[in-house]
Amino acid sequence: MDEKTLIAKRVALELRPGNLVNLGIGLPTMVAAHLPAGVNVFFQSENGIIGMAPVPEPGAENDDLSDAGGSPIGAVPGAASFDSAMSFGLIRGGHLDVTVLGGLQIDEEGRLANWMVPGKMVPGMGGAMDLVSGAKRVIVAMQHSAKGTPKIVKRCELPLTSVRRVDLIVTELAVIEPTDKGLVLREVAPGVTVADVLAQTGAELIVPSAVPTMPVGA
Amino acid sequence: MSKVRKLEEAVAMIPDGAVLMIGGFMGVGTPPHLIDELLRQGKRDLTVIANDTARPTVGIGRLVSAKAVRKVIASHIGTNSETQRQMIAGETTVELVPQGTLAERVRAGGFGLGGVLTPTGVGTVVEDGKQRIELDGTVYLLERALKADFALIAAKRADYLGNLEYALTARNFNPLMAMAAETVIAEAEDIVPVGVIPPDSVVTPNVLVDCLVAKEHRHG
Repeated sequence: MDEKTLIAKRVALELRPGNLVNLGIGLPTMVAAHLPAGVNVFFQSENGIIGMAPVPEPGAENDDLSDAGGSPIGAVPGAASFDSAMSFGLIRGGHLDVTVLGGLQIDEEGRLANWMVPGKMVPGMGGAMDLVSGAKRVIVAMQHSAKGTPKIVKRCELPLTSVRRVDLIVTELAVIEPTDKGLVLREVAPGVTVADVLAQTGAELIVPSAVPTMPVGA
Repeated sequence: MSKVRKLEEAVAMIPDGAVLMIGGFMGVGTPPHLIDELLRQGKRDLTVIANDTARPTVGIGRLVSAKAVRKVIASHIGTNSETQRQMIAGETTVELVPQGTLAERVRAGGFGLGGVLTPTGVGTVVEDGKQRIELDGTVYLLERALKADFALIAAKRADYLGNLEYALTARNFNPLMAMAAETVIAEAEDIVPVGVIPPDSVVTPNVLVDCLVAKEHRHG
């Protein structure tokens, strides 16, 4: 299993039947394909729909139905569409159960930076700041390091997306839970040791006496 | 009384330097013929308030590529390398606004409010220069309302009075912007007789729309 699939599979285990879920662009989008059997959730796309689904078959694209990246999508029976104020009212108003987002850096206080690299990349925050501020649960799905540089750091150098503490970090090496005491190592990936995780993390990790292996099958 | 106008006449009302709100999300729900005509008439120095600038050859991105835009207020320009280039080169001013905040600032503009209080952006660079207000233990930013001279709206269906209906994710910012501009120009895929759109299906009531252009020119 490649690293991104492992991350997507592990994040999918966090979703509960009936959840309203918003998946960010890129790696988080892969979570939709790995829902455990029997877990039906509703996916929101912030451009204005609950109930997004893949395009049912080639040729069935609809010019008026796309995801937040502008790519064609489908909609499940029972889907609902709405304007941008309603869409962000759902997000900010505490009606969104889970958001899964990518990350550039996360610090010891569980604060996420994921929207710009000054001088290099200024795409804009899009919906990320509202999602992190407003979702009931924020899960960051990202690779543990970027070209060997840890992405989990003592203090974010990149501009923050929000000062809200995220709820869970899932990488190809570990599951880490930010708490008021600090970052707690909850699980390691199959074949990965606690020492491996510590070596690739730029922040202090609290390591409980027992750290189980991620419950993801092959 | 029909509000249908010729495309050229509708767009000719827009002067250089105008502040435009343009509906759409990555081009979906952006009025294509109104963009074509802005380009054909060579408008300049526009301020564009929109969710994003799509791609260099798509929707609002075409206005940016033609250097028709002086200032952009948007939530995301990451898919348009030309907007980013113009911003870094200092040719175009870009104000980045969190998407939910942008929607609420436009809504406030159209709903007669001075602004809104939102927790989004507290403690980030978005807070710079803004007033912090604490209410019942939660910290909010005061975000001011946005208004425009013109709103350019894309609708699925209109009647001749200007009642508008939208489709799926092409709705996005359109109904909000139709409230927040001095003059509203709507482009509809179909224009149908008055009474065909049931009252419950009307999202933008006709009194908000000043001028209608048809996407298809089948009525000449």
